[in-house]
Amino acid sequence: MKDFALMMIGAALVNNVILARFLGLCSFMGVTTRIDTAAGMGLATTFVITVSSMADWAVQHYLLDAYGLGYLRTVTFILVIASAVQFTELTIRKVSPSLFQMLGIYLPLITTNCAVLGVALLLVEGHMSFIGSTLFAFASSLGYSLVMVIFAGLRERLALAQVPRLFAGPPIAFIVASLLAMAFMGFSGISTG
Amino acid sequence: MASNYKTIVKDGLWDNNGVFSMLLGMCPAMAMTTSATNGFGMGVATAVVMAASSLLVAVFRGFITQEVRIPVFILIVAAMVTLVDLAMNAWMHELYKVLGLFIPLIVSNCLPLARLEAFAAKQPALPSFLDGLFMGLGFTIALTVIGAVREITGNGTLFADASLLLGPAFKAIEMRILPANMGVLMMILPPGGFLVTGLLVVVKRMIDLRAGKEIQMGGAHSVA
Repeated sequence: MKDFALMMIGAALVNNVILARFLGLCSFMGVTTRIDTAAGMGLATTFVITVSSMADWAVQHYLLDAYGLGYLRTVTFILVIASAVQFTELTIRKVSPSLFQMLGIYLPLITTNCAVLGVALLLVEGHMSFIGSTLFAFASSLGYSLVMVIFAGLRERLALAQVPRLFAGPPIAFIVASLLAMAFMGFSGISTG
Repeated sequence: MASNYKTIVKDGLWDNNGVFSMLLGMCPAMAMTTSATNGFGMGVATAVVMAASSLLVAVFRGFITQEVRIPVFILIVAAMVTLVDLAMNAWMHELYKVLGLFIPLIVSNCLPLARLEAFAAKQPALPSFLDGLFMGLGFTIALTVIGAVREITGNGTLFADASLLLGPAFKAIEMRILPANMGVLMMILPPGGFLVTGLLVVVKRMIDLRAGKEIQMGGAHSVA
């Protein structure tokens, strides 16, 4: 139990998907201009990462490992992820039409969010059990959502700040992200101590 | 036609550079640029995938219907990535071990997909191939520059381990710029990646401004 808890904290904070592993930067820079869209995107991505990594675990164990098809991993995983995204899209449209409206174009783009494929591949490398990998995926995506929301909050304030013209837009956002990454490095003592 | 090809080359390498202008493909641009050698290797792998998949999409563009084009593009890119992945595992094993996770992740890199959608889906084979190739080379240059800046400031070296990763012929370009204890560790760590990329975007804007060009404010992020 304690192992799982430590592993989840490590996945969410210490090895944060965005700030330590550099996965999902497109959505990190693209969808974080407002807190509510960033939170919605985080929620949808959390769902996709958790569902698709469960499916990917099954595919890896019962199909790829069982028949020695390891070299097809990239192609199979991207298909599984695309279906998971489609499934999420249908679910959100049914459950919350307003959230569906808000996320709009960004929903299908979760397929090419490298955080989804990245977490799935990390799980394969880690050789974890089904429960372990599901928890790892869930914790990683919670860490992703957390950073998305924090960064969106920072950018809402940044939009009001006076920035030199050369730095306006993406460059200043990168520099703010760099400071945020520095702050998150403070967590790196947790997993070992 | 010749001037057309010139525009493709110029767009890919500088005007529309994937990393510094369009801000696409940021994940490997920051994760794999702890040294110039890593950045170069990552860039070349991406360039091969982009050139090959642009060519394939352009050749088959008559058969790909509008509704299913995105899944087809992704599958074509995934197939090319698998080939590059296997080839690198066989012939460049040291580099393959360093790049690791980020070779399969070329599939979900926004840059190849963006070029397929914006260019290769509408143009004949040769221009598409060149567009993929030069966009990929522009990406390689960007990654090598980010890697070089981070490596020099963080470690004081440039192209360290090039002979180990790329082959013994590259021994000559390994150099030490600053003494060993001058490095700022932070530049190698994640915050340095964000910082250097942000500052290099500013540098590109300054050069464009000097040349009397309009600076690009947004990048392609309103769609990605």
